[in-house]
Amino acid sequence: MSGNPIDRVAEATPPAIANKVRGLSDRAIAWLFVGPSIVLLLAVNIFPLIWTINLSFTNFKANRLRDVEYIGTRNYERILTDADTWNSMQATAHFLFWTIFFQVLIGFTLAYLINKKFKGNDMWTTIIVLPMMLSPAVVGNFWTFLYQPQIGLFNYVVEFFTGIESSSFSMIGDVNLAPWSIVIVDTWMWTPFVMLICLAGLRSIPDSIYEAAECDRASKWRQFWTLTIPMALPFLMLAVLFRGIENFKMFDLVVQLTGGGPGSLTTLTSIDLKREAFEKWRTGYASAYAVILFVTVFGLASIYVKALNKVKER
Amino acid sequence: MKASKLLMATALTAATVSGANSAAAEGALTLCWAAWDPANALVELSKGFEAETNTDMSFEFVPWPNFADRMLNELNSNGTLCDLLIGDSQWIGGAAENGNYVKLNDFFDQEGISMDDFIPATVTGYAEWPKGTPNYWALPAYADVVGWTYRRDWFERADLQAEFKETYGYDLGVPADLEQLVDIAQFFQGRDIDGTTVYGAAIYTERGSEGITMGVTNALYNYGFQYGNPENPYGELEGFVNNAGAVAGLELYKELYDTGTPPGSSNWYMGENIDAYKSGQVAMQMNFAFIWPGVNADPNVGGDNTGYFANPTGPAGQFAQLGGQGISVVANTDNMEAAMAYIKWFAQAEVQAQWTAMGGASAMRAVVEAEGFADKEPYNQAFLDSMAIVKDFWAEPSYASLLLPMQSRMHNYVIAGQGTAQEALDGLVADWVEVFEDEGLR
Repeated sequence: MSGNPIDRVAEATPPAIANKVRGLSDRAIAWLFVGPSIVLLLAVNIFPLIWTINLSFTNFKANRLRDVEYIGTRNYERILTDADTWNSMQATAHFLFWTIFFQVLIGFTLAYLINKKFKGNDMWTTIIVLPMMLSPAVVGNFWTFLYQPQIGLFNYVVEFFTGIESSSFSMIGDVNLAPWSIVIVDTWMWTPFVMLICLAGLRSIPDSIYEAAECDRASKWRQFWTLTIPMALPFLMLAVLFRGIENFKMFDLVVQLTGGGPGSLTTLTSIDLKREAFEKWRTGYASAYAVILFVTVFGLASIYVKALNKVKER
Repeated sequence: MKASKLLMATALTAATVSGANSAAAEGALTLCWAAWDPANALVELSKGFEAETNTDMSFEFVPWPNFADRMLNELNSNGTLCDLLIGDSQWIGGAAENGNYVKLNDFFDQEGISMDDFIPATVTGYAEWPKGTPNYWALPAYADVVGWTYRRDWFERADLQAEFKETYGYDLGVPADLEQLVDIAQFFQGRDIDGTTVYGAAIYTERGSEGITMGVTNALYNYGFQYGNPENPYGELEGFVNNAGAVAGLELYKELYDTGTPPGSSNWYMGENIDAYKSGQVAMQMNFAFIWPGVNADPNVGGDNTGYFANPTGPAGQFAQLGGQGISVVANTDNMEAAMAYIKWFAQAEVQAQWTAMGGASAMRAVVEAEGFADKEPYNQAFLDSMAIVKDFWAEPSYASLLLPMQSRMHNYVIAGQGTAQEALDGLVADWVEVFEDEGLR
């Protein structure tokens, strides 16, 4: 018997099976393995996408028994000329920009501090990541209590530091404060996630590089800007990508917290889309809306990923 | 070996138990409703049906915020979860036209169930589609309406009465009209009572589902708002939805919100209002009448401490937003016979009387018009007064498409303070016209 495992398997294969298998080329075997995944992908991703694009040109309503008519690009025209849609786009942009800004800023700062070796380092890491382990619905719910003007801890903290009377302002009821109320909660919940990614980036930088910089008498400030930031940048950009995609489809936390109000000031596109699709049941219209959002996210993400790859290649 | 035996035994037990459960569930009659106190009373009541007919019942109760989503998805997907559904009054048009509910006319005729035996407004609101025609898709199951509770113990304080009289020139008491209600709310707003800062009124302001619509309509109706020209409701909305009276009613509701409600009450509905009232934060509370038995029994604010009144009148009349539901047989049921038997059983006068006694709210005239009913509970008279003035939101198949812009427009104006009342109502007309055009009704 040969010592080679492949030969041993070949010898052990019953002749009937061996005869059948012998006829398969490498390419066929590759397809055999990849095929199920491709079929699954087509069934759960590509087919629904094509079907959604098809529905977006119709007046189909999933809850109504009536003939479906093709109405061309009318759904797209209505969405893109609807002031409410642009308001929700604006609300989403505000939410996206500021949540990512604060999460990256605070997340990186925390990661930088945690990366320093000190006693209780692990315990602090565990405490900091606790918020992201909670369910968004739970977080939204208990922050409504924290924001309560009469009993809310948040308002009392603000009163303590600023002297502004706690019952004189309502974070989720005031038109100026409500968009910030959802930014604060999302930042509180997801900054730890950004921190963890940044921490991975910082820990991937070899100590030897800093030692070499020390030998060259580079200041800490210079080391930070010329070594730490450039080497952690791909990780930071990855964190921005993840949070950007996640927050573009933000739904549960905001619904629980503000219900999209006051008025429509915190009605993000995902909330608007859900109402069109599953409350108004305007399936065709909602499909067009979904296609527009998909193209927007896909386009932005593609540009961003190209930039990320360029940074990684440097 | 021992481990594998244990695993096999566990698997066998699990298979046996799950088999037994599914066998029990298969034969059971499933009733779906919202998860709230009356639903618990219905479980108790239904034990009588189970004993009488030897039928097993199971119940699927969904919390109010998810009730519409969950149940409408169930109906729209032709699900088989529910045999009987106590659905919201506004769903009846869609459920009837989409074939989700069984039409009950023949069954009612056959079993001698007459809609004349029920409060007319509940028949129109909960059972009829199209409205005003004798086509019945439900049996009135739970009569409900928006009304008010107030802190009688505070209202009766001599010092407050004197101060109120001096300020407003009339006695502090149940408001004679909506303007007086605003006065009273403003009077209590930020007032110190027994060392606690209290506020005027808890009103409906919720954004996500139907809250602010169920609240603001109580002001709109009484100032002249109409859903459209009664002769041509889909074709003529201009001047009915957005007339000068409706604008004044909407402005009054905003004034009430701005000057007479607790800070932070920008997204309040039934639960939040109950909490605010029971915790002694507010002098008055807008809410559906279903909460009244609970308020009456509350150790802090119940009994003589609370009074009840129907929504006060306005320049165009006195109306109140209808709540409540009818019970329907789901067309897709596998238990048609048992479901019909339940409707027949539930329609009996003695069962209806028992239903009210156990915490339900019968819409049967024999129950609510019975001698002594009005005085039996401190809130019964207010309930009767309120049921006599009800008006309901659209119940069209496209009701959700009509509700969502109303929620958005009203919240934008009342809570966010964006634009004017006239602009909000003009915008609503435009939104509704678009919906009716989409539906081919214009």
